Amino acid sequence: MNTLSFSAIATAVGLAVLAFAQWLGLDYFYFAGYTILQFIVLATAWNILGGYCGYVNFGTAAFFGLGAYTTVFMYKLYPLPIPLLMLMSAVVCGIVGFGMGYLTLRLRGAFFSIATLAMAVVVQTLVINWDFVGGSRGAYILHPENLEFAGLKVNYIVYLFVLMLILAVVALASARAIERSQLGFGFATIRDDELAAEACGVPTLRLKLIATTLSGAFMGMAGAPFPYYIGYLQPQSAFALDYAVNSIAMPMIGGTTSWVGPLVGAVLLGSAQQYATVTISSAVNLLIVGLMLVAFVIIAPNGLIGLVQKRLRRGPP
Amino acid sequence: MDITWDLLANAIVAGLLLGGFYAAVTAGVSISFGMLDIVNIAHPAFIILGSYIAYFINIDFGIDPIVVSILVLPAFYALGALVYQVYYLSFEKRGQESLRGLAFFFGLLFVTEVSLILVFGVDYRYVEAAYIGPSIHIGLIELPLRMLVPCGVALVLFGALELFVTRTFIGRAIKAVSQDQLALQLMAADPIRIKRIAFGISIATASIAGALLVIIQPVEPSVGRDYIGRVFAICVLGGLGSLPGTLIAALLLGVVESLTATFYGPSWAPAVAFGLLLVTLAFRPAGLMGR
Repeated sequence: MNTLSFSAIATAVGLAVLAFAQWLGLDYFYFAGYTILQFIVLATAWNILGGYCGYVNFGTAAFFGLGAYTTVFMYKLYPLPIPLLMLMSAVVCGIVGFGMGYLTLRLRGAFFSIATLAMAVVVQTLVINWDFVGGSRGAYILHPENLEFAGLKVNYIVYLFVLMLILAVVALASARAIERSQLGFGFATIRDDELAAEACGVPTLRLKLIATTLSGAFMGMAGAPFPYYIGYLQPQSAFALDYAVNSIAMPMIGGTTSWVGPLVGAVLLGSAQQYATVTISSAVNLLIVGLMLVAFVIIAPNGLIGLVQKRLRRGPP
Repeated sequence: MDITWDLLANAIVAGLLLGGFYAAVTAGVSISFGMLDIVNIAHPAFIILGSYIAYFINIDFGIDPIVVSILVLPAFYALGALVYQVYYLSFEKRGQESLRGLAFFFGLLFVTEVSLILVFGVDYRYVEAAYIGPSIHIGLIELPLRMLVPCGVALVLFGALELFVTRTFIGRAIKAVSQDQLALQLMAADPIRIKRIAFGISIATASIAGALLVIIQPVEPSVGRDYIGRVFAICVLGGLGSLPGTLIAALLLGVVESLTATFYGPSWAPAVAFGLLLVTLAFRPAGLMGR
C-alpha cells in the first residue's frame, strides 16, 4: 500500500469517526476525543525521534507549551485563524528542535535527553517571566460559540476536533511514509548501531537533525489549538509533565518500531485516562500511566505490537 | 542598576553556601551518571523521598533531620542496590539501556512523585531544628545557619566520598569499572557487584541531600524537577566522574544563580543551570576536569 492510498484510508476512518460523533451528538465526545487525538499526534511525533532513531526526548511539554504560547502571543498581537497558527507553531518548534539537536546530538544520546528535560523547565521560566503572554497569571483566550462555514453553523469544539483529526491523520501518514522511505531506513541504522551506520557513510547527524525538527514541529502543531480548547492558559497547564510522560508511555506501551504502536498506545491510554479522570482522580490516573510505563519497559520491551507479533510468529496454540 | 558592594559580597557568599548544598545533591548523580554511565534521572525523586522521610520522623519524634538521614542510609543503600539489580537484569544485560533504561528511570521519577502527592498532598512541608532561623554576622556579611550547616555537611560528605573512591579497594574498583569493565573482570573483580555497590552509595547520598533540602527550603513533591537540570548541568560542567570537578562546578553554579537571583530576580534562577549546560555542551563537552 503506498502512502497515497494509506492517506485515503486514514481520511476515510477519520470521516467515519466524525460521522459517528455527529450521530452521537454528544459535546463531551468532542472534548474527550480532542484530547485523545492530541495524544495520538504527540505520541507519533515523539516516536519519529524516539522509536525510529532511538533518542529519548523528555521535552514534549516544552514543544507543546511553546506551540500553545505561540498561539497566545499571536492572539495578543493579532488573532489569526488556527490552521495558520498551527503552521507558525510548527516553524517555531521545528527551529527550536533543530537548535537543540544541533547543540547536543553530536554527543552521546544521554546528553540530548538531559538537555530536553532541562529545556522544559527553562521555557517555562521564560514564559513565567514574560508579561506579554500573561506571565505566571496565565492568559484568557476567547472564542465565539459557533463558527460559520459556507452558511453552515459549526460548534467551536467540533471545529477544534476536526482540526486535530486532520493533524492526527497527517502525522500518522507522515510517520508511516518515513518508516518505509530511505529516511526511515537511515533512522533505523542509527537506532541499531550508530557507529556502524556512521562508518558505512550514513549521514547520522543530518538524519538526527531531520528527526528532531520534524518531531518538534508536530508537537508544536499539537499545542497550537490548545489555548482555544482550554480557554484559559497557564504555564503550569501548558508545560505539565503529563505530556512528557504520556508521549513516552504511549509509544512504549503500543510498540515503538511502527506507526501502529503510538496509535494503539494513545487510543488505549488516552481513553483509559479519560475514564479514570472522570471516575477516580487525575493524580491516580497519572500514577497508573507511570506504573504501566515501568512495567512495559521491563516486561514487554516491544510493547503490545511486539506481543502480538510474537504470538503470530509462534502460530496458534 | 547600582551595585552596592555589600550586596554583591552577600550574594557571592550566599551563592557559595548554596553551591555547597548543590554539591551534595549532585554527588549521587556524579557517581551513577559520571562513573557508571547510568542516566538516573530519577535521582531528584529519591532526594525528595529523603526529604519526606526526614520531615516525617522530625515532626513525629523530634529527631534532627540530618541525624535521621544518617540513620536511614542503609535503607537507601538497599533501595539503590535493588533498583540497580532490576535495571541490570532488564536493560543492561539485554543491551537496551539507552532507550528503555531512560524511559524506566523517567517512569520511576514520575511514580515516586505522584505517590508522594497521593500520600502527603501538595502542601509545602518544613522541618524544625535549632539552627533554622539564627544567623552569624561577620562584618557586613550575613551567614544564615540554615545554609551554613547544609553546606558544611555537604563538604564532609564530599570529602568522605573522595577518600572512599581514591583510598579504598572498592572505591578504586568503582573508578576502574567506569573506565574498562573487561579489564576489571580480568582482575577477578565482579563488575556487576561493584556497580551495585556504587549505585547503592549513589542513592544513599540522596538521603542526606534530601535532609539538607528540607532544611534549606520547604518541600513539596514536584520540587525535585527543578533539580534535574541543575544536577546534570553541574555533573557535565564538572566533568563526568570527577568529584573535585563536581564540587567546583556546584560552587560556580551556586554563585551564578545567587547573583542572577539578586540582580535580576529569583524567578530567573532556574534558567541559569540550563544556560550553563548548553554552553558547556557546545564548547567543552568534557567539562572542567573531564578526562
